[in-house]
Amino acid sequence: MNPFNKNVDELNQMASQVRRDILRMVHAVNSGHPGGSLGCTEFLVTLYFKVMDHNPKFDMDGVGEDLFFLSNGHISPVWYSVLARSGYFDVKELATFRKLNSRLQGHPATHEHLPGIRIASGSLGQGLSAALGAAQAKKLNNDDKLVYVLMGDGEIEEGQVWEAAMYAHHHKVDNLIATIDVNGQQIDGPTDAVMSLGNLRAKWEAFGWKVLETQGNNIDELLPTLEEAKSLTVQGQPIMILMHTEMGYGIDFMMGSHKWHGVAPNDAQLQQALLQAAETAGDY
Amino acid sequence: MKDFPYTESKDTRSGFGAGLLELGRTNPNVVGLCADLTGSLKMDAFQKEFPERFFQVGIAEANMIGLAAGMTIGGKIPFTGTFANFSTGRVYDQIRQSVAYSGKNVKICASHAGLTLGEDGATHQILEDLGMMKMLPHMTVINPCDFNQTKAATIAIAEHEGPVYLRFGRPVVPNFTPADQKFEIGKAVVLNEGKDVSIFATGHLVWKAILAGKLLAEQGIDAEIINIHTIKPLDEEAILKSVSKTRCVVSAEEHQFNGGLGDSIAQLLARKMPLPLEMVGVNDSFGESGTPDQLMEKYGLNENAIVEAVKTVMARK
Repeated sequence: MNPFNKNVDELNQMASQVRRDILRMVHAVNSGHPGGSLGCTEFLVTLYFKVMDHNPKFDMDGVGEDLFFLSNGHISPVWYSVLARSGYFDVKELATFRKLNSRLQGHPATHEHLPGIRIASGSLGQGLSAALGAAQAKKLNNDDKLVYVLMGDGEIEEGQVWEAAMYAHHHKVDNLIATIDVNGQQIDGPTDAVMSLGNLRAKWEAFGWKVLETQGNNIDELLPTLEEAKSLTVQGQPIMILMHTEMGYGIDFMMGSHKWHGVAPNDAQLQQALLQAAETAGDY
Repeated sequence: MKDFPYTESKDTRSGFGAGLLELGRTNPNVVGLCADLTGSLKMDAFQKEFPERFFQVGIAEANMIGLAAGMTIGGKIPFTGTFANFSTGRVYDQIRQSVAYSGKNVKICASHAGLTLGEDGATHQILEDLGMMKMLPHMTVINPCDFNQTKAATIAIAEHEGPVYLRFGRPVVPNFTPADQKFEIGKAVVLNEGKDVSIFATGHLVWKAILAGKLLAEQGIDAEIINIHTIKPLDEEAILKSVSKTRCVVSAEEHQFNGGLGDSIAQLLARKMPLPLEMVGVNDSFGESGTPDQLMEKYGLNENAIVEAVKTVMARK
């Protein structure tokens, strides 16, 4: 059971606050990755406030609860905001993002013992492997909870992802739900220009995965997809959700472009952006 | 010079296999992962007895390291197995981020290290692995000398919380470490007390150091021989205690000078007790195909090379 169990309206309200957090965090240090963070806001809010059975009184081993791994660690702002808003740590700590002596490192780390983080990520392509390991540990422990992992679409250009894809099928890791943020953008430009990803559904199906597709910025569509994915677990097949999102979603001048992948808004841009994301749960 | 009796020669990798099997029977959290080298790593006995705790990952070492890191979440103690080359250089970034920086309790177990891999040649003969692993913060680095010590080390690292790199090899070497000798991580083993020179050896070079000690004794040189099975954390106290008596040092290892045991000892001496050091190892070179003995001879990693280094360093006192 999710400790919040919010309805769709409440999830959308929370997403608005998380967007404000993301914008304010990256603006404050003039660095960080707002584009992918904004694009994955609905997804992380829906996981932590509706879908996952998780315990904000953080325990590293996470036995008896669902686990989430963020493989594309550069979208740490959205994860930090959602973790804080769901009670893993005080929202005031969001103000320390990327600053000296902070637990909120530029990319997520366990080294500073931030609750909610179970492995460092940022160097891309490693999260699916770690999630698979955690899923298999759950099986060894007779723990019937699930493991979730999010990757970026550019990230799957890394070869390790495909090593893991092959492994998950061979070992029938069916207590895992992976999601790819398909926003079609990476640092140097559109994925089609940088490194064509081809037919993602066909690729993952050829690797033996059950593939679902959804619109990641629409909770009315995203939530049923996540529920469907849960219903398909423990049937001998790993599950992949191809989640179509728009980078920078929710802020008009950031949407749909790779230009805001790793660039923070200036003072004027911040003010313009905050007008588009209502304060619903109190700014940190 | 003490005598080091032994009844048989065995490979250190078999010591790992024997240790892992014993761990399987005594510690239900121990799991094994292997990248298509189960027989070469001697993990087959563990695989046979504990199939539910053994994970074949195929030829996919990066994924193996990530899987192992993930399995620690939930309390497992993963032992990964592949050749030393594929255990380190191939997966350095995976070890760095998912294991070392994340503080995961993964045991990276590496066979076929160094020149004694033999005929396969330089593509597989890694001589940089100790350096790469010791540079990683929080990583423990162990290179035992024979079957019994490798078995004991394998068992000991399961009790140690944190990432470990355990290095061993393919050739058979005299199995002289007493079977009941407890393995203490970070604790040097004084094999022979002497007053003229300190020989610090690790891995397969420990037996070569013993052979060198006998040759030196015939020439009236009284060598202190110490087995440094743990490269990191280095037993600084034992090293300084010995050197303060002998006033000169030879290091011996199947590794590059850069990054190896000699490098660690040089740093220690420079900081605490600047005295002459000669290093026996590979000097900025790749290996090549050949029999292990031929390679150790050609690259200067045998008892004769140690004897020469001792004479050189004693002349510098």
